[in-house]
Amino acid sequence: MTIKRQGPVIFSDIQPDEGLKKALKMERGDLIETIRDSNIRGRGGAGFPTGVKWNLAAGAQADKKYVVCNADEGEPGTFKDRILLTEYPRLIIEGMIIGAYAVGAEKGFLYLRGEYRSFLPKLGKLIAQMKKEGLLGSDIQGKKGFHFDVEIQLGSGAYVCGEETALIESMEGNRGEPRNRPPFPVNTGYNGFPTVVNNVETFVAIPHIVAKGAKWFKSIGTEKSAGSKLLSVSGDCKKPGVYEVPFGVSIKEVLKMVGGENAKAVQVGGASGECVPSSQFHRKIAFEDLSTGGSVIIFNQKRNMLDVAENFLHFFREESCGQCTPCREGIPVLINGLGKIRAKECSLSYWDDLLSLCETMQIASKCGLGQSVPKAFLSILNNFKSEYTLIK
Amino acid sequence: MAKMCAVEKNIMKNGKSVVVCDETRAALLPILQDIQKKKGYISDDDMQTVADRLGIHPVEVYSVVTFYSFLKKEKQGRHVIRISQCISNVMAGSDKIVKAFEKALKIKVGETTKDNKVTLEMTNCIGMCDQAPAIMVDDELIGGVTPQSVRTILNKMK
Repeated sequence: MTIKRQGPVIFSDIQPDEGLKKALKMERGDLIETIRDSNIRGRGGAGFPTGVKWNLAAGAQADKKYVVCNADEGEPGTFKDRILLTEYPRLIIEGMIIGAYAVGAEKGFLYLRGEYRSFLPKLGKLIAQMKKEGLLGSDIQGKKGFHFDVEIQLGSGAYVCGEETALIESMEGNRGEPRNRPPFPVNTGYNGFPTVVNNVETFVAIPHIVAKGAKWFKSIGTEKSAGSKLLSVSGDCKKPGVYEVPFGVSIKEVLKMVGGENAKAVQVGGASGECVPSSQFHRKIAFEDLSTGGSVIIFNQKRNMLDVAENFLHFFREESCGQCTPCREGIPVLINGLGKIRAKECSLSYWDDLLSLCETMQIASKCGLGQSVPKAFLSILNNFKSEYTLIK
Repeated sequence: MAKMCAVEKNIMKNGKSVVVCDETRAALLPILQDIQKKKGYISDDDMQTVADRLGIHPVEVYSVVTFYSFLKKEKQGRHVIRISQCISNVMAGSDKIVKAFEKALKIKVGETTKDNKVTLEMTNCIGMCDQAPAIMVDDELIGGVTPQSVRTILNKMK
C-alpha cells in the first residue's frame, strides 16, 4: 500500500463530474481564460503554461485536433502517475474531455507506459463506462457538435517517449525519436495535426480548477508556481510514498514529512534533475527554484555519490535514442571520464575537457534528454568534491 | 503468426458506426506489441508479414522492433522477469534480488532457462521506487521483493 499525503488540490475532495459538467456549461474562450488565469504550468517537469498551450491549439486552424495524456512517466524515482492512474483515473479522463472541449479536439489518446500494462483492463472499463454515461462519444452532455473519444495507446519500454514529440512519433508507429521544436505539437502534432500533450497530473488538476476557480488555485503555492505538486519520494527515508505539497515547500520540510532528516543529499527531478546537498536544503520545490516532475530520491550519509552519478549515466546510455551526436557520443565519454575519476586517473585538464563536453551536450543536444544528462553529473561532482580527487 | 488485427477502430459508414481493422502506420506498434505478447518475440518472418500488410518496408518494422526494449527479435521465455535497476532499487538491495533469481533459476541476467520458461532481465525504473526493490513478472508489478520471497514468486509461475 502506497503512503499518500493528502494535499490541497490533486488529492482534495471533488464530486464526480463536478468540474467536467461546469466546464461544458462555459464558453470555450471563458474556459481557456480560467485555465490561463489559474497560472497552472505543466506537471511533467518542463512547466509550460497549460492555458497558453490550450489557447494556441484552440486558435490553430485544422480539420482535426488531438488531446494526448502523457502517462509515460519513466524518470527514475517517479511513480505518482501510477497512483493517479489506479486511484483517480476518472479525473484524468475528465481533464482530457475538458481539454478536448476547450481546444476543439474529437479524439484523445492516453499514452500508457508499457510498464503499466496491467492497468489496461480497468482503464478500458472506465472509458466504456464513461461512454455509457454520455461523457464520451457524440454530442457529449447534449452539447451539439461536441464529440470526443479516448483511446489507450501502449508504450513499449522507452524512457525518451515521455518527451512529447518522441511520444507522438511513437503513436505514429515510429521509433520514439524526438523531433526538432519548433514546430510545436500544438501546431504540428500527431499526424501533422494540432495536438495538446499534457501530463497525467496536469489533467487531474483541471477539473479541480474548473470546479473551484482560478483564484482558489492561485491562492496555493507561490506567485510563480501556482497550486500543488505531487512528489514521488523514495530512497533513504522512513516513509516513501506520494506526497502532495504546495509549491514553495523546502527540501528540509519534505525531509521532515517523510522521515529522512539525516540525509546527505536529495536528487530532485530524477536522473535528469539536480542533486541538492544538505547545505542547500533550504531550497524550494518550485519552477523558480527546483523544478521537478516530482521525483525526490533521498541519500543517507553512507551513500557514495559517485555510484549515484554512474547509475544515472548508465541509465541515460541505455535510454538515449541515439539520433543526435552530442547525446549519443557524449554519454559514453562521461561514463569513461567518471571511471577515470574513480580510478584517480583524471587530470585537471581532462576534467576541464569533460566540463566543456557537458556544455556542448547542454547546448547542442536535440531534446531534453541529452540536454539534461550533464545536470545530475555536474551537480553531484561539484557538490561532493570531497568524495574524489583529481590529479594536479 | 499471430492474428493481425490488433487495432480496431470505429469509422462511420453510411451513417453507421462500424468496426474495421486499422492498417495505417499508426497501428504498427500495437500490432508488434500483440505479436510480442502472443509469441514472446517478433521473428524476421513476422516483420516481413507486418510490413507487407501495412505497405511499408520491412526495415521500417525492424527499426521499430529494435528501438523499444519490450519488443524482442530473439525468442524469450514464456515468462519474463524484469528487475528494476534504478538508483532507489539499487539502494534497497536489488543486487541481492538479482543473485537470488540467478541462483534459483540457474541462469544469469539476460539469459533464458533451458526449459524456456523464464527470461531474466534488468530494466529501468518501473515506477515502484516506494516499494523497492521491485520487479515486473510479465505485466505484473511486484514491490517489496526479498531474497526469501523469490522462491514464492517463482513457484506461482505456471
